[in-house]
Amino acid sequence: MERKKDNPIVSLVSRTVSPFIMLFALYVIFHGHYSPGGGFQGGTMLAAAFILIRLSLGMEISQLQFKSRWATPLGSAGVLIYFGTGLVALLFGGNFLDYGFIPIAEAVAERRSIGILCIEIGVAIAVMAIIVSIYDDLLEGSSDD
Amino acid sequence: MNWEIEIVLFVCLLIAAFVSLYVKNLLTAVITLSVFSFFTALIYVAMGAIDVGFTEAVVGAGVTGVLLIITIYRTSRRSSD
Amino acid sequence: MKVVNYLIMIVFCALMIYASLGLPNRGDAYADLNKEKSLSQTPNAASYYIHNAKKDAKTENMVTVILADYRGYDTLGEETVIFTAGLVCFLLLRKEKKKNGKKKR
Repeated sequence: MERKKDNPIVSLVSRTVSPFIMLFALYVIFHGHYSPGGGFQGGTMLAAAFILIRLSLGMEISQLQFKSRWATPLGSAGVLIYFGTGLVALLFGGNFLDYGFIPIAEAVAERRSIGILCIEIGVAIAVMAIIVSIYDDLLEGSSDD
Repeated sequence: MNWEIEIVLFVCLLIAAFVSLYVKNLLTAVITLSVFSFFTALIYVAMGAIDVGFTEAVVGAGVTGVLLIITIYRTSRRSSD
Repeated sequence: MKVVNYLIMIVFCALMIYASLGLPNRGDAYADLNKEKSLSQTPNAASYYIHNAKKDAKTENMVTVILADYRGYDTLGEETVIFTAGLVCFLLLRKEKKKNGKKKR
């Protein structure tokens, strides 16, 4: 998609709004224990903030913010965080994904709360990276030029 | 209860669905599909499923529209049927 | 042919409306679906979640506890599906662009 002309209003508004979207996305991720939200919604909102910058400022400038080749390793890292949380619980004597056995806090309920937070972060990272990666592949990677 | 709100939302949902089916311009179809997703999210919230409504609003009305518009720009603009 | 299509749609719509008349009301506390014990007198999973979600995981939002703790395998599978979709897009759509004999990405 070649861009015809830089519109200063569009670029200014998108650059101003994008950090607030990211801030609200982080609120949604980390406040998911007490209000509607969670990893999937927060990760999608983070990806929406990155995609807004990519749409308005073009591909070359937005590479400074989030490089295209980081997307697949970050997605793998998110899935591995989820899987590793389950595996730690398995190694310390419980079942797979039984967060009560992760040796972090004293009480079992506290441990489960922290385990839920860990996997929400993993889900958020994976979803964010994968959606940005799909956008990049659709825009840049197809055959005709 | 709140059945009046839901009737209005359902009528808007049907209108958005029919417009996105029968319009020729594909960009308009994508935008009306986003409107359809947003009314679905409002219906979920009115039914009390706030998490599902949140997900639908973020994914269906936000990211899916962007991805479909990019796909349309990579291919052709007009529908053939 | 178009008449047959519309006829099939009308018949299907009438069938769905007739089927939905037999459902219990939404939020009906006395429906069979929402009882503490199911029809075969076994305890219902939903009532266990409602009673114990706050106590088990120290988290106020019941939906988060169900999605991430009680049904952790489900969310792991969903995550894997999203990751696989991203990988398939990466493998199908990516093209090695050659510029001056060098790969761009």
